[in-house]
Amino acid sequence: MSIFGKGRKKHALREAGWGYSAICGAIGLVYFSPVLWIILTSFKTRQDALATPPAFFFTPTFDNFVRVFYRLTSEGEQMATGMGLFFFNSIFIAGAGVLLAVIIGTSAAYGFSRFPLKGNDTYLFVILTTRMLPPIVVIVPIFLMFRITGLSGSYIGIILLYAMFNLAFSVWMMKSFFDELSTDVEDAARLEGANEWKVFFKICLPQLKAGIAATSVFALILTWNEFLFALLLTGNDTRTVPVAMARSMGGQLGVDWGLLAAIITLFLIPVFIVTYLLQNHLLRGVTFGTVKK
Amino acid sequence: MRGFLDWIMDPKRRGAMLIAPAIILLFVMNIFPLMWSFGLSFFHYKASSMKPPSFAGLYYYEKVLSDPVVWERFQTTALIVSLSVLVQMIFGFALALLFSKKFPLRREIMMLVLTPMMLSFVAVGVFFKLFYEPTFGLVGQAFKYITGETLILLSTKWGAIAGIVIADAWMWTPFVMLLVLAGLVSVPDYLYEAAEVDRATKWERFKTVTFPYVKGLLLLALLFRTIETFKLFDVVYIITAGGPGTSTETIAVYVYRMAFQFFKTSQSSALSYILLFVVIVLTNLYLYFVNQREQET
Repeated sequence: MSIFGKGRKKHALREAGWGYSAICGAIGLVYFSPVLWIILTSFKTRQDALATPPAFFFTPTFDNFVRVFYRLTSEGEQMATGMGLFFFNSIFIAGAGVLLAVIIGTSAAYGFSRFPLKGNDTYLFVILTTRMLPPIVVIVPIFLMFRITGLSGSYIGIILLYAMFNLAFSVWMMKSFFDELSTDVEDAARLEGANEWKVFFKICLPQLKAGIAATSVFALILTWNEFLFALLLTGNDTRTVPVAMARSMGGQLGVDWGLLAAIITLFLIPVFIVTYLLQNHLLRGVTFGTVKK
Repeated sequence: MRGFLDWIMDPKRRGAMLIAPAIILLFVMNIFPLMWSFGLSFFHYKASSMKPPSFAGLYYYEKVLSDPVVWERFQTTALIVSLSVLVQMIFGFALALLFSKKFPLRREIMMLVLTPMMLSFVAVGVFFKLFYEPTFGLVGQAFKYITGETLILLSTKWGAIAGIVIADAWMWTPFVMLLVLAGLVSVPDYLYEAAEVDRATKWERFKTVTFPYVKGLLLLALLFRTIETFKLFDVVYIITAGGPGTSTETIAVYVYRMAFQFFKTSQSSALSYILLFVVIVLTNLYLYFVNQREQET
């Protein structure tokens, strides 16, 4: 992909100066302002968060971030809020689910790309459809199935579900990377007598390190952000952060915006880092590998 | 055992064996449950009661398809989808044109615009809920400053729809921008040079040189966003929860309530299958255009 003007480009972008940067920067900042506002809010006291007119300048406080993890009981003791566990859950569940999906998905993508079966396109279509489906369509039967098998609320259940959720994505992404790879080196290695394991692990995979990383990280973010499956299939001990955020919206005493903003700010940090790292693969990632450039 | 290993490692089965784990996982976690719910949609069954299922035939399909409420939800969804996708296309195109130049800090500035689509729906829902808050939200305060009246955006049907469309479009405009931009940078230079030789006006150049390169990607963006917005759930759930009344209840929220608040399991399964059909048609169409584009380039 060459939207950043790198790589093999057909069209030399016209140059513009710092003035143009300033205009684009201003537009970019306005576009980004909802995120900035939440980050600002997370550093505000309750009074500042609810101030009219809105407080653009205030003395920042880290109180909200402390309150994400600890709250004071009526006796003045510090007590864990459980948010630490939810952050751990989000990381653990997404990590395990994605690991499984990427391993299985890479193997399948290699098969689809190099050893096409009869009806290859049909399989690929079915796989993509499972990802395009509204999650709500999938969730009703899975909910029933988990209730019968007792997987509801367990780590293993939600991890398997997220492995499935990310599988279609991994297969399509990895296939798009495999398709781009020239098969010459592989064929040469085969002629030299390398066996299939060697071709896959020693020739193909090393060339696709960046692709595998991009696929994994993208899938991690998709899972990190996922809400509906987590809402219905996690229990008190396996709850993830998006569910915890949604629950803190529904309080009877009004929403504690400062606290909620602090949770979101912490929740978004990995997303920012990853988005920055993934820049060159964003297009491919958001289209599940169907649009490469 | 030896024979079994040989059977598995047979080069004839290499492709099948490589994809088998993926197919098995998908079958267990997705296709089997879907078939199960397909079965359920022909039975009277309530997940909340102990009564054994009894055969109902096409009763629930007839019920769902003849239910005016279902059609209302489809209309609401169609309205939100078309408004949101339209806004995304317009602003996405404009932003792509803006960023199709080379300027200092381009990468960094572009990140500001691209980030929203990587955020979680729940977080975006919360951002905009805070914005729309009547007394201290930014939108509410700006409105009061200008008109002197309090704006309770989410209390009217059109206000709530606008609220959802703005949030969703804000999140996904970068997606359209990214695709259009990929089209813009793929225009070969010699075409622009030829246009210059022909003394084409800016508009002519756009129409005959630039647009043909963007057209295919624009169509893909349109279809992809339509499929995705069709599923809209989280943002609605957080911002309006379907209200006021049921005026922003999208089909996904409706199925959710039908299945998990009223436990009409059979009925929700039948409706799910109708959704499944819609998505299969749209996905097929999408892949058709993806293949067409790949053959062209």
